[in-house]
Amino acid sequence: MSGGNGYLSPSGQEIVFVLTGLVILGAAVLCVTSRQLVHAALWLVVALGGLAVQYLLLTAEFVAWVQVLIYLGSVVVLLLFGLMLTKAPIGPSPEADGRNRPVALVVSLASAATLVTLVVDAFRTAWIDLETPHGTSDQIGDSLFRVWVLPFEALSVLLLAALVGAIVLSRRRGNAQGNGGS
Amino acid sequence: MDALDVAVRVLAVLMAFLLLPLLVGQGEHKVMAHMQGRVGPMHAGGFHGWAQLVADGVKFAQKEDTVPAGADRRVFQLAPAVALIPYLVVLIAIPFGPDGMVGQVVDAGVFFVLAVLGVGVLGSLMGGWASANKYSLLGGLRTAAQLMAYELPLLLSAASVAMAAGTLSLTGILDEFSWWWVPWQLVGAFVFFTAGLAELQRPPFDAPIAAEEIVFGAYTEYSGLRFAFFLLAEYAGIVVLSALTAVLFLGGWHGPFADQLGWLWTLLKTAALCFLVIWARVAWPRLRADQIQKFAWTVLVPLALAQIALTGTLKVVI
Repeated sequence: MSGGNGYLSPSGQEIVFVLTGLVILGAAVLCVTSRQLVHAALWLVVALGGLAVQYLLLTAEFVAWVQVLIYLGSVVVLLLFGLMLTKAPIGPSPEADGRNRPVALVVSLASAATLVTLVVDAFRTAWIDLETPHGTSDQIGDSLFRVWVLPFEALSVLLLAALVGAIVLSRRRGNAQGNGGS
Repeated sequence: MDALDVAVRVLAVLMAFLLLPLLVGQGEHKVMAHMQGRVGPMHAGGFHGWAQLVADGVKFAQKEDTVPAGADRRVFQLAPAVALIPYLVVLIAIPFGPDGMVGQVVDAGVFFVLAVLGVGVLGSLMGGWASANKYSLLGGLRTAAQLMAYELPLLLSAASVAMAAGTLSLTGILDEFSWWWVPWQLVGAFVFFTAGLAELQRPPFDAPIAAEEIVFGAYTEYSGLRFAFFLLAEYAGIVVLSALTAVLFLGGWHGPFADQLGWLWTLLKTAALCFLVIWARVAWPRLRADQIQKFAWTVLVPLALAQIALTGTLKVVI
């Protein structure tokens, strides 16, 4: 709001931002610790949806809708499709928790520490002015195709490689089994 | 924007959400009855049985709300809400008339609408899994497969219009509209409308709820109000799809006397498209699940890409 970027007088947006962050954290922890596979996927929905809300609060409207479209509308649907295809049971699945839990915990804590250090270090003094929108489709398009063209194109090549790989994998299996199954 | 203005807009959107799907439902009763040469329910309320839907609603509200013993209770009970609420949210962004007759102008309106619509399908998936019923599970599987196939052509054809207008905002697209867009974007309109039908699981794309094969798909175990919510979500979906097609491809409020009668044009175009949706249910037999997949990948996606190429070419030439 005013010029004083103080931590002691947070604006309404900042308070909502922190609260949403807490909800995301809780949903993410539940997603990882839940023994019911579909519940884990649904907690993932909450976490990813919460992230979209965070983008909105940071005035990145376009990114928020893309987040909902891609992650909630496609990735989670794909996850649920896989879970239903493998007949995920109702109720806890004991095999969901392997013996690798401590290792996974260490790895996740280490990567979280790395990311937090990196982000804090990179954006230590950056301050977003929430009064002017920063993420309209115009601005995103401009920066994507002027400043970040090379990473964008590299990513599209990566996706193409993944697509070709998927086709190769599915074709090979089809030949081995004859014409059975779709 | 003051509080009164916001309240009026929210109230108007809520009224549209509560009223229009019921009108479509009643329209479906009557249109199907006439097309099939039968009268249908004629007694409730007197004139042509107009109160039949009200009677149905009362019946649904009186029924016992059962949850199967083996079901996942919370997910099962939450599913109808997840299926219904996105349609309410989407209505906020659809412009009904010129000069700000819209719940809320959204900068990336096309993306917003398609993104939120995609969330609604999660309700069917949740219901399909949580019912602990093999028919429901099969229905959920078919829903998911269908959704993944038709999301792409839906997005591509909407992107074509956004390219033509040079904006992602629904109100902005309508401001740019001129009549020759209709023939220019005709293929895109066909792709969008058809893919939308498939996302709503309306006939001829209703394999996920095929009554003769898998009872009622993901909704098999539902009864009472929760079942009614799923039905309402279907009709609200028809309204939203028709309104979106009208706005994106048929010029929304554009028409004679658009300044005064813009809202009427939107409603008329939406109603005509709703009629088409109902007509399709009567006219075509159901496609098999594999035919549905094939149609999406071998017909709709190439058509959508061709439309984008056409849009791009013409945009550069002009």
